[in-house]
Amino acid sequence: MHKSRYLLCCAVLVGACANPPQQTNEQETKAAFTAVPPEPANPYPSTYHASAASATLIRGATVLTGKGTRLDNADVLIANGKIEAVGPSLNAPAGARVIDAGGRWVTPGLIDVHSHLGVYPSPGVNAHSDGNEATDPVTANVWSEHGVWPQDPGFQTALEGGITSLQILPGSANLIGGRAVTLKNVPATTYQAMKFPNAPQGLKMACGENPKRVYGGQARAPSTRMGNVAGYRQAFADAQDYREQWRKYERDVAEYQKKSADKKDKKDSEESDEPPVPPKRDLKLETLAGAMNGDIRVHIHCYRSDEMAIMLDLSHEFGFKISAFHHAIEAYKIADLLAANGVCGAEWADWWGSKMEMFDGIQENIALTDLPKNGCAIVHSDSDEGIQRLNQEAAKAMSRGNRIGLNIAPEHAIRWLTANPARALGIDQFTGTLEPGKMADVVIWNGTPFSVYALAEQVFVDGQLEFDRANPAPQPRSDFLLGQPGAGAQP
Amino acid sequence: MRKLLAIALLSCATLANAQTVLIRGATVHTVGDQGVLNNTDVLVRDGKIAAVGSSLSAPADATTVDAKGRALTPGLFGGLSAIGVEEVSLEPTTADAGVILNAPAFEMQWRPEFDVTAAYNPRSVLVPVARVEGLTWTMLAPASAEGGTFVAGQGAAVTLDGRYDAVLPSSRSLFINLGGNANAMSAGSRAGQWMLLDQAIRETRAPSAQGEHMLLHPAGREALAKYLSGGRVVFGVARAAEIRRAIAFAKRYGMKPVIAGGAEAWVVADELAREKVPVLLDALENLPYSFDGIGARLDNAALLHRAGVRIAFTQFNESHNARKVRQLAGNAVAHGLPKDAALAALTVQPAEIFGLAGERGRIARGQVADLVLWNGDPLEVTSSADQVWIAGRAVEMRSRQTELRERYLKRLQ
Repeated sequence: MHKSRYLLCCAVLVGACANPPQQTNEQETKAAFTAVPPEPANPYPSTYHASAASATLIRGATVLTGKGTRLDNADVLIANGKIEAVGPSLNAPAGARVIDAGGRWVTPGLIDVHSHLGVYPSPGVNAHSDGNEATDPVTANVWSEHGVWPQDPGFQTALEGGITSLQILPGSANLIGGRAVTLKNVPATTYQAMKFPNAPQGLKMACGENPKRVYGGQARAPSTRMGNVAGYRQAFADAQDYREQWRKYERDVAEYQKKSADKKDKKDSEESDEPPVPPKRDLKLETLAGAMNGDIRVHIHCYRSDEMAIMLDLSHEFGFKISAFHHAIEAYKIADLLAANGVCGAEWADWWGSKMEMFDGIQENIALTDLPKNGCAIVHSDSDEGIQRLNQEAAKAMSRGNRIGLNIAPEHAIRWLTANPARALGIDQFTGTLEPGKMADVVIWNGTPFSVYALAEQVFVDGQLEFDRANPAPQPRSDFLLGQPGAGAQP
Repeated sequence: MRKLLAIALLSCATLANAQTVLIRGATVHTVGDQGVLNNTDVLVRDGKIAAVGSSLSAPADATTVDAKGRALTPGLFGGLSAIGVEEVSLEPTTADAGVILNAPAFEMQWRPEFDVTAAYNPRSVLVPVARVEGLTWTMLAPASAEGGTFVAGQGAAVTLDGRYDAVLPSSRSLFINLGGNANAMSAGSRAGQWMLLDQAIRETRAPSAQGEHMLLHPAGREALAKYLSGGRVVFGVARAAEIRRAIAFAKRYGMKPVIAGGAEAWVVADELAREKVPVLLDALENLPYSFDGIGARLDNAALLHRAGVRIAFTQFNESHNARKVRQLAGNAVAHGLPKDAALAALTVQPAEIFGLAGERGRIARGQVADLVLWNGDPLEVTSSADQVWIAGRAVEMRSRQTELRERYLKRLQ
């Protein structure tokens, strides 16, 4: 996390003067996420609580740890919702559920860095279209989480495919579409009860054809790629100015406090000055300042290599870090540039061509993004179908890489849908690998997950068995499907 | 390395004309009565399969390919697509899949005489992209675009070997798209779809008895009339109740119905089997994308097959990534469909549905030599085609995508 110490300091100071700090759990554990200017610590806090699950010992499986290693005939011990140990011949604590996983494969829970579940839910009726606030090219003020419908039946089918965490992004109609949220894939009636505790928010931006088509079609800016870049630049320039207003306010506050103290010391009877007035909050610029501050992770929908290079320059111009380029159809053309900048490429295995900017898609894109030293490849879905079988997308990408001699092993490729998206989302300290102390987000597969025949048999979220193929829940998880004849995800 | 040599060898073979090819020692998936034959030879001559057997002798002019036990299947069906009809979906100058008349409702006009195959470009970059993955033919399907009509027009199968005259004529079909998505094209109601279809049929049968505002031109009436005497009509429809209506409608007017989509086909599986109505489906469709497909489920293919319904796999509105159709089949297997039925649903079943089974879809003497040699399980996502033959000619295993790959792989290494 790249963060300006000065800004962090200001935020704390303002918090002290303007708002009494609210000590929430999140703030305690993640004080670093305080935004500048002073957004209230977390106005829409997570209410997710890992259920108290009994200890579980998964025995005798082929384990892909997500750290790049494969352990044959290994055990995974889950206790108190966390990974307790991974290795051979572990002892089951008293009362633990023991699962014989001989012949099975175990991986970390899969993470999709790019989903629109909940904001473009099924059924896809007009009233459910909540993913693009396509009324202005810059809507950094909107948050995808405020459009998430927790009853989207797609959450359940994604779980059946082993997805335990996912980022819900706004769509790509806008240059800057708004904030994204990371969820844990558990049933809930509110999105807050799915919200991944202490995960940073994302910021969705979009390159290329979509914004210029949406707004150019209305004879508004942007109508060209030139207009796109001008739009990002003006937005961030405004945010710089906004940040400066707050910095000045901080200085004024400090000066005012100093003056007041001096007066107190001198027992001056003069009337004290009016305290400085804080600038008006601007929700758009607050988000962008948060991105420049490093608190909000920047995710950019961008297909062409030339445009990704422009966006890297933009990020340097305004001092923000790009977490990942999404779709990144041409990442293979600049894989070394992405690796050198520490930017991930979140990609499909084989989808291409429906737009001009997707015309140069190749099936080796993920493998080639992965190839350079420090390359960070991610398999993403952007689809309620694809999210159900991210493992198959990874299998396709791995085998296409191997076909051109790259020699990619499953223990490496599994990182594309576990550790790497966790890193891009800023949740890698919590999940994404099977390491002691991490959340017990675990999938037991009926065999190698790198197969079209692979099925997730059991899916654990924080140690809780959320899906069991052998004992499917008698009712659909989504309220929408309840009582609909013939409806319901059939595992 | 061994594999690379084999591929190089085959590339040389593409230079030869009028190929005679002997594929030796393959695991032959005949998709016919003989099932799977181990260590079997297939002789190809004059574009056809000349013999299937063990230890066939190589004719003097034959190129011999050592399959080394690899799987050999018939060429795969690319599904309903717009391959060669749509280069970039969002670029109107390159997208020719549907008629857009933009007529106001009271002047609505249908053009069932529209035949999408007239837009086919065998030099499209989509053609090699599809065929190097083992897709040797596809069914060009007209689209019901916004501003168009739900009677989309006619389509037909094409072979993907790059020839200009690629249409396989006996496959010609009429495409009608029903349901909620077509409401805007049918006066705001799905009931309006049957109302308008009845009107079109009356116009076709007795044009002079109709009023001023006819749905059809004379050419349209002529085109529709052909389908009223046993013509094949593909009904795009998801909801169980509407599948039944489509079957009844087709029966009433002498059409041979095919269901495309069929998210809820499993609900009426027995009726489909009884009436011998086949279903083209996307085996990955398991979410209620609309109120038409509330009952979508992953074992739709397995349930239909078990009930005796002929099925074939297709994606919808997916031409660029038509190759994903193989993944649909594999997933259907993971959800209960027998493997041989899944391969059949990519080969002989679509050939049967579109009237082509006499010439393609199986590995048998006399069939067109559309063949694919795989480096693994033909339904597995980690497998790919080592070599494809269409009409007996080895396909050059290159596409614009492999060219891009080669250029940038060199730069990265």
